[in-house]
Amino acid sequence: MELILLIFVFVMAAFLGFELIQKVPSQLHTPLMSGSNAISGITMVGAILAAGAIEGSLGKWLGLAALILATINVVGGYLVTDRMLGMFKKRGK
Amino acid sequence: MESLINISYIVASVLFIFGIKMLGSADTARRGNQLSSLGMLIAVAVTLMASGLSYTWIIAGLLIGSAIGVVAAKRVQMTGMPELVALFNGFGGLASLLVGWAEFAKEGNFDHSEYPVFTACAVVFAILVGGITFTGSMIAYLKLSGKMGGSATVFPGQKVINALVFIALLVMGAIFVSTGAAWALYVVIGLALALGILGVIPIGGGDMPVVISFLNSFSGIAASAAGFVILNNVLIVAGCLVGASGIILTVIMCKAMNRTLGNVLFGGFGATSGSTQEVEGEMKPISTEDAFYVLEAAESVIFVPGYGMAVAQAQHAVKELGEILENNGAEVRFAIHPVAGRMPGHMNVLLAEADVPYEQLCEMDDVNAIMETVDVAIVIGANDVVNPAAGDDPSSPIYGMPIINVHQARTVFALKRGQGAGFSGLVNTLFFRDNTRMIYGDAKETMNNLVGQFKD
Repeated sequence: MELILLIFVFVMAAFLGFELIQKVPSQLHTPLMSGSNAISGITMVGAILAAGAIEGSLGKWLGLAALILATINVVGGYLVTDRMLGMFKKRGK
Repeated sequence: MESLINISYIVASVLFIFGIKMLGSADTARRGNQLSSLGMLIAVAVTLMASGLSYTWIIAGLLIGSAIGVVAAKRVQMTGMPELVALFNGFGGLASLLVGWAEFAKEGNFDHSEYPVFTACAVVFAILVGGITFTGSMIAYLKLSGKMGGSATVFPGQKVINALVFIALLVMGAIFVSTGAAWALYVVIGLALALGILGVIPIGGGDMPVVISFLNSFSGIAASAAGFVILNNVLIVAGCLVGASGIILTVIMCKAMNRTLGNVLFGGFGATSGSTQEVEGEMKPISTEDAFYVLEAAESVIFVPGYGMAVAQAQHAVKELGEILENNGAEVRFAIHPVAGRMPGHMNVLLAEADVPYEQLCEMDDVNAIMETVDVAIVIGANDVVNPAAGDDPSSPIYGMPIINVHQARTVFALKRGQGAGFSGLVNTLFFRDNTRMIYGDAKETMNNLVGQFKD
């Protein structure tokens, strides 16, 4: 039953994602991409659970590697998107 | 505690949804990004409260990753954005692969009495998509950063080999799901990594905007798959949102080139260099001195930047010339084609870095409507996106692609390094038109030269 629920959530999220972004001005394409890319680093939640496991050595090493990579993705992605958006200024500001 | 964590995941998901929505509009984009980062912070913070975690490794991972991320984000040049996005994207994909693998390694083997077939399928899927995302993004990174030739690499039987690798992947995945054997999983990992490489090497640099947004979508799907592995809602929702928005961006890019996604991914476009088509007329050069006189008299000027502007790092010089022309009484606009450059919105980022106000940045359709009233269109290192063959030569490979119709302007200055064909290897008939004048040389030097003449 839980499985069906998760798939339900997945399908709803997909439709939501398609609806959210319909008309994006082209100047925002890059920030949208790098910003959403940072969100895909959510996999770091899974990495934390794997790296923090009490037992298992290979799994922990894999988890640590995943955590480092996902954290780079998240932290770097958000910062660079913010830096980029900070440059989009209106005239006179 | 369990329900507190889950409620917080819902809050995080809502913040991601608002964040993505707000990223779609110029006025709210920055706040949107901040909201989504707040969502991430909440998701990570509550995950740390989960029971039975040992923190040493987690803290080490968070510190190392954050340090690298901060340094990379602070130090990158805006011209280096495409490769940085590709790199981050690849890391996300690899992380999802590792999460899937770690879940398997934790158990040692998949015993069917305890582990449902579904989890095994999810592990295979996370590894498949994550692996392709990783190596595909790395190849894109190498191409974008110039560490590897940007042209398409094709060889005989390429599609057959790719198809065979994919089939082998499915077969090994099925073996893993049915037996739980570790070796089968390792083969799946290897094949997924190989498929990412094989899939991206035949795609030329001009098609990179499509590939990057497609891989971006893939990294989201990989995170979602990892969510199914560990049965975690927030991964599924966030990953899926990214997957969907990435697909939309991909479709926008494909439309801007009038090509299907299949054609971009499997077409090997740009591999055949040196089109043999003959063009009547000749390319007529003009000196910067003469160009200066034309510009001085111009009342309306449009700049059309392309990848060449990024290569020459000419954005600041271009902006300066634009300002001077405006002070000289001309109306100045920048026309940006959706696929100009190497990633979606590449030119916008560069011009924003150079402080060009975004009211001056125009989209293709708006500019084409007024093109006939434009005195001078200055093409800076753009090629295919201004090639009139896309409109009038049915035999051209880019026929049907919407272009910026600079050939309708009264005068066109095309800045170019040399006389060779463009990135796609196509002859640009624009350069042979009666109203086109070529200014050869480095775009930045040419711009600075023109700026200097205005100042004298």
